[in-house]
Amino acid sequence: MSAASASFLLPSIIILPIAAMLLAFFLGGRRAMQIALIASPLGLALASGIAFVVWQIDQPLVYVIGGWAPPLGVALRADGFSAVMLVTTALIIALTGCFALGLFGTKEKPEKRAPFTFWMLLLSVWAALNGVFLGWDLFNCYVGLEMLTFAAVPLVCLDGRAATLMAALRYLLFALLGSALYLLGAALLYGAYGALDIGLLSARIRSEPAAWVALAAMTAGLLAKTALFPLHLWLPPAHAGAPPPASAMLSALVVKASFFLVVRLWLNLAPSEMAESVAQILAAMGAAAIIVGSVLALRQARLKLLIAYSTVAQIGYLFLIFPLALGAHPWVASAWVGGALQAVSHAFAKAAMFLSAGLITQALGHDRIAEFRGLGRKAAPAVLAFGLGGVSLMGLPPSGGFAAKWLLLTASIESGHWTWALVIAVGGLLTAGYVYRVIAPALAPEEVPSPTSAAHVSLSGAALALALALSAIMLFFVPPEFSNFLLAGAPGAIAKLVR
Amino acid sequence: MNSVTLAGLAGAAMVGLGLFGLITHPHLLRKIVSFNVMGGGVFLLFGAIARRGDAAGIGADPVPQALVITGIVVAFSATALAVALLLRLDREIGRPFFPAKELAGPSEKDGAT
Repeated sequence: MSAASASFLLPSIIILPIAAMLLAFFLGGRRAMQIALIASPLGLALASGIAFVVWQIDQPLVYVIGGWAPPLGVALRADGFSAVMLVTTALIIALTGCFALGLFGTKEKPEKRAPFTFWMLLLSVWAALNGVFLGWDLFNCYVGLEMLTFAAVPLVCLDGRAATLMAALRYLLFALLGSALYLLGAALLYGAYGALDIGLLSARIRSEPAAWVALAAMTAGLLAKTALFPLHLWLPPAHAGAPPPASAMLSALVVKASFFLVVRLWLNLAPSEMAESVAQILAAMGAAAIIVGSVLALRQARLKLLIAYSTVAQIGYLFLIFPLALGAHPWVASAWVGGALQAVSHAFAKAAMFLSAGLITQALGHDRIAEFRGLGRKAAPAVLAFGLGGVSLMGLPPSGGFAAKWLLLTASIESGHWTWALVIAVGGLLTAGYVYRVIAPALAPEEVPSPTSAAHVSLSGAALALALALSAIMLFFVPPEFSNFLLAGAPGAIAKLVR
Repeated sequence: MNSVTLAGLAGAAMVGLGLFGLITHPHLLRKIVSFNVMGGGVFLLFGAIARRGDAAGIGADPVPQALVITGIVVAFSATALAVALLLRLDREIGRPFFPAKELAGPSEKDGAT
C-alpha cells in the first residue's frame, strides 16, 4: 500500500468515533453502548493500520485535508510518536469500555441518563485525542483540546454529587484558563509569521519577543491542562472522584494530550536556541512534580486519591525529556524513546490501577487504605493488577516503566545532568513506598477473619485490569526496532542523528 | 496611533483584566465572566491581526476571522457547560463559591452499581 493511498487512514480514525457518537446520539440510550463497543475494535484496527504504514514508510504519514496544502489548508500528520499514542489510546478505550459494561450497562430498564452520557463521552474523548495526536495545525489542535476538555469534564461529575461537581468545575476553570492562553499564543504566532501549520511555522519562527510571548502563553496554558506541578491542584479531586473507567481514561490518556502538544511546541516548532533555555525550566517543574506528587501520594488515606497523586508525579517524568532530547548529542534518541515509553507505560499501568481500585472499592465498600487488611484474600486479582501496575510505575524490571526510566536515567547521566538522574532514582523509591503502603496491608492477614471470605469481585473486570497491567509489563519486551519506529518523523535533530 | 494598534492594545488589556479576574475573584460566576472577557480580548487581537496581516490588498486577512468564529463557538460552549455545572453546584451546596475546606473525597460507593 503506498503512502498516498494509506493516508486516508488519518481522517478515518477521527471520523469513526465522531460518526459513532452522532449515531449513538440519534439512536438513543440503549444503542449507545453497542455502538461504542463496535467502534472500538474498528478504531484499534485503524490505529494499528496507521502504525503499520508509518513503520513501513519510515517517515511521517501526512494527509492534506481537501487537497488544500498549508498555509491555506490544514494537514494531519502521524509520526512514530503519534502512531504509538493512537494505538495506546485505542487499546485503552477498548479495554476500559469493556470494563464499563458492568458499571454503565444500558440493558436495564428504565433507561438511565448516566450510562448513555458515559458512552457518548467515551467516544468524544477518543475522537478528540485522535485529533490532537494527528494535529499538525495549531488551531486544529486547539479545537481538539477543547473537545477533549468538554468531554473530560462531565466524565468527572457523572454521579452528580456536590464533591464531584466541584472537582469538575475546578477542572473546567483550569482548562478554560489554559485554552484562552493557548489561543492567545496561536493568535500571536499567526500575526507574526502568517501560518498555523507546525511545519511552516518551524521554518519561519525566530527567537524574538513575539515568539517568546506566544510560546510562553501557550506553554503555560498547556501545563495547566496537563496538571504539571504547581498547576496540579485540580487533578486529584477530579481523577479520584470520577467513576473508575472514567478515571482510567482521564489519568491514562487525557493529560497526555496536552503534554503531546508541549512536545510539539518545544521540540517540533520552537528554534532550538529558544527550546534549550526553556527546557531546564520545564524539567525543573517536572522534577518538582515527581518529588511533591510522590510525597503527597504517600500521605493519602484513600486509594483513589493516592493513585491520582501518583499521576501528578508520573507526569513529571515526561517533562524530563526536554533538556535531554535537545541538540545533536548521542543521548537524545534514548531520551526521546524513554519519554514516549514513559507516556505509554504510564497510560497502561495507571488505567490498570484505577480499574483495580474500582474493583477493590466494590469488594470492600470503601477505599480507605488503613482498612485493607485481608484484601489480598478477598480480592486477589484486583490486588495483583494493582501491584503489577505499581511495578511498572516504580520502574522495576521487567516492565515498560523500567525501560522508560532506565533510558531517561542513562540519557541524564550521559549528558551530565546528575540532578535529573537523582530525581528519577528518588522518585522510583518514593513510588515503591506508596505502592508498598497499599500492598503490605492488603497482603496481611485479617485480625479477625471475617465470615465472608470471598467478596464479590467481577472476574471479567479483574481480567481487564490484569490485561492492562500486563501490557505495561510487556512493554519491556518490545524489540529494538520499536525505537526506530518511534524515531520515524521525530523532531529534526533526533531523527537526523540516528539515521 | 491608528485604530488597528488601538484594537490590539485594547485586546491585550482585556486579556490582562480577564486573567486577573479569573484568578482573583472567589465568586464562580465572576470567574466565568472573566474567562469571557479574556476570550473577548483574544478575539479582538485576532481582529487586529487580520487587519495587519492584510498583505494581499484584499482589505483584511480572512483566516483570523474564520478562527474567531470557531473560537466564539468554543467559548460559548465552554460558558454554557461552566454555567450548567455552577447552577447544579449552587443547588447542591447552596452557594456559588468553592468551600474553604474540601467536601468529602471520593464516595464510599464508587464503583458499586
